[in-house]
Amino acid sequence: MTLRQQGAAAIAVAALWAVQVDAQTAADTMPATPGRAAQGAGAYMNIGFSSLADFGWSSARDVGSLQLGDHDPKVRGFTIPNSELSLDGAVDPYFRGYANIVYKIDPEGESAFELEEAFFLTTSLPANLQLKGGQFFAEFGRQNTQHPHSWAFVDQPLVLNRMFGPDNLRGQGARVSWLLPTSWYTEAMVGVLNSNGETMFSFRTEESSEIHGGTPAETSVNGGTDLVFVPRLATSFDVGDTQSFVLGASAALGPNNSGPDASSQVYGADLYWKWKSASASAGFPFVSFQTEAMYRRYDAAERESIDDPSTTLPAEVLGDRGAYAQILWGIRPRLVAGLRGERASGNDAAFDSELRADRTRLSPNLTWYPTEFSKVRLQYNYDDRQDIGRDHSLWIQFEFLLGAHASHKF
Amino acid sequence: MMQHSMIKLATAAVIALSAMGTAFAAKLNVVATTPDLAAIAAAIGGTAVNVKALAKPTEDPHFVDAKPSHIVTLNRADVLIDGGAELELGWLPPLLESARNAKISANAPGRVVASQRIRMLEVPSSFDRSKGDVHSLGNPHFLLDPLNAKIVAAHIAEHFAKVDPKSAALYQANLRTFNATMDAKLIEWQRTLAPFKGAKIVTYHRDFPYLAERFGLEVVETLEPKPGIAPSPAHLARVITAMKGARARVILVQPYQSRKTAETVARQSGATVLDMPQQPGAVKGVTTYFDLMDSMVGKLAAALAKP
Repeated sequence: MTLRQQGAAAIAVAALWAVQVDAQTAADTMPATPGRAAQGAGAYMNIGFSSLADFGWSSARDVGSLQLGDHDPKVRGFTIPNSELSLDGAVDPYFRGYANIVYKIDPEGESAFELEEAFFLTTSLPANLQLKGGQFFAEFGRQNTQHPHSWAFVDQPLVLNRMFGPDNLRGQGARVSWLLPTSWYTEAMVGVLNSNGETMFSFRTEESSEIHGGTPAETSVNGGTDLVFVPRLATSFDVGDTQSFVLGASAALGPNNSGPDASSQVYGADLYWKWKSASASAGFPFVSFQTEAMYRRYDAAERESIDDPSTTLPAEVLGDRGAYAQILWGIRPRLVAGLRGERASGNDAAFDSELRADRTRLSPNLTWYPTEFSKVRLQYNYDDRQDIGRDHSLWIQFEFLLGAHASHKF
Repeated sequence: MMQHSMIKLATAAVIALSAMGTAFAAKLNVVATTPDLAAIAAAIGGTAVNVKALAKPTEDPHFVDAKPSHIVTLNRADVLIDGGAELELGWLPPLLESARNAKISANAPGRVVASQRIRMLEVPSSFDRSKGDVHSLGNPHFLLDPLNAKIVAAHIAEHFAKVDPKSAALYQANLRTFNATMDAKLIEWQRTLAPFKGAKIVTYHRDFPYLAERFGLEVVETLEPKPGIAPSPAHLARVITAMKGARARVILVQPYQSRKTAETVARQSGATVLDMPQQPGAVKGVTTYFDLMDSMVGKLAAALAKP
């Protein structure tokens, strides 16, 4: 642990302690009605902790090159990809606050810490508006805003790896949302984020040579054109009592650092459908289908090759596309079978990039939830990588949840 | 381009909605999380309100999907009635967060948390999930005690009057009618069930303690070993033995609970399975709270009367 990490951990522990003390005080001063005293225990803030452990084996020796997500299994054997402290509550009558702090152990066995999200949300703006600000997952498609604990598979979809890097599209910024006054659900959102940092992968990350093969240009935020804009429109309707559809279109538009004036545009479309029995027990049985397709146009400027500084790569348009589709079947209470198919590909360029090469993956899995607070998942991955070949992996994932009851968005 | 078409769409939507708004402006938009709360709200609100329930009458109210259509419903609500006591904890908070409706925020006149004035049963003295999914504020299935339904009705009437003072007299009158009907009905239900005082019953989940307490029945076993934990064969074997010993001859199940499990236990213990949906609307013809209790009391009496 670095000094900074220790500091952060100390703050988190202190925060927990403070809440417990508050709750204790509240409980002590409450009247003797047990129900009211119990309310004191949840005072001010919900605290939850979710922890994932992966175990398995892959025919690929270098698992990290196969599993590109930051919270994917990373090595043969054990991986602790994501232990997450979630805090949320009402700040005051006007704001709600959220924080997700991730602890993980990297493939070298070192502890790492990440301020995944820390943001406020307004509660009572007029005209159906809502403002979010801080560090957060950008609202692009469906999977991008989901935390590893609510993923339906042990790993991140390939298309998200390709468009947004190992850790989804997230960063420091603000987002305004408008719930349209239509009789069916329609929400329009625009996020504005800084363009730099490792989680702004299609934009000004220092890792951008994986995309364009060149040495990243020095950049800084000077004006509006240095920011990334993330508009999204989502709509939803029910069919009868048992089926719901959610449709969305998203974009992420901003500068990249292949050169001083280069830019990227990522477009995405998503569809979610769910059927749930009218007499569902604990939410089962159900069938859901989710798919997302994305396209990125990366305008790479003329740049110096990172592998060979004597070579200049020409200005070119790098086009990448990818999609996944997954179906989940909640067979009976606590048991879910899933199947995901994925494909990602990129156009030819003046350089070779492992990340932009064609890839296909097929992943059947089976998840058993002893309760809502624990799960055991078995997943097989069939991978086919251009110029590398086929790989087979088998993973077991275990999760436990402590504290606040997890509520899930649809 | 996208922005332009979005603005056009939005403008059209605003015009359409304001037209709709004028047509319905007179009635209070009431949303209840579950159909039983909706039925009481409808009885109190009468012609002055439109009532909508989020949960379906046949589904498990602990596990409702936070569907976007519910966001729209909550966004337009003047009053929200929820059970509280963590019944809707898994799905209501994210809906409220997206609904951005200050009228139904905590402690607003437009928010009725029904459990707030109820003397809750089974409030745990410690929070420990190894005991199952225990609700820290107590058992949330409190509306099956008719006296609790009266408390909730008064609570609702009070809030309706605050939000919509011009119809306050109507809400008061409806509450009086509701209470008078309830008093008469309660005597009738108690009379019907009086011969079975002390009768031993079995339920799937811990969802009938309030009914049992009011009518002097005794819940001796639940098919779930712990709240929210699926029945195991070993536990069911124990339940069967205990049922034979205690002469418990009725197993109460709801539409979303496993009837098959209940039937297996019933076969081996000589009991009968009784379908007892707790929500009005789950069975045709059962729409009001009184219909619901009539149906439950009738079924219970018939089953317990069997030799």
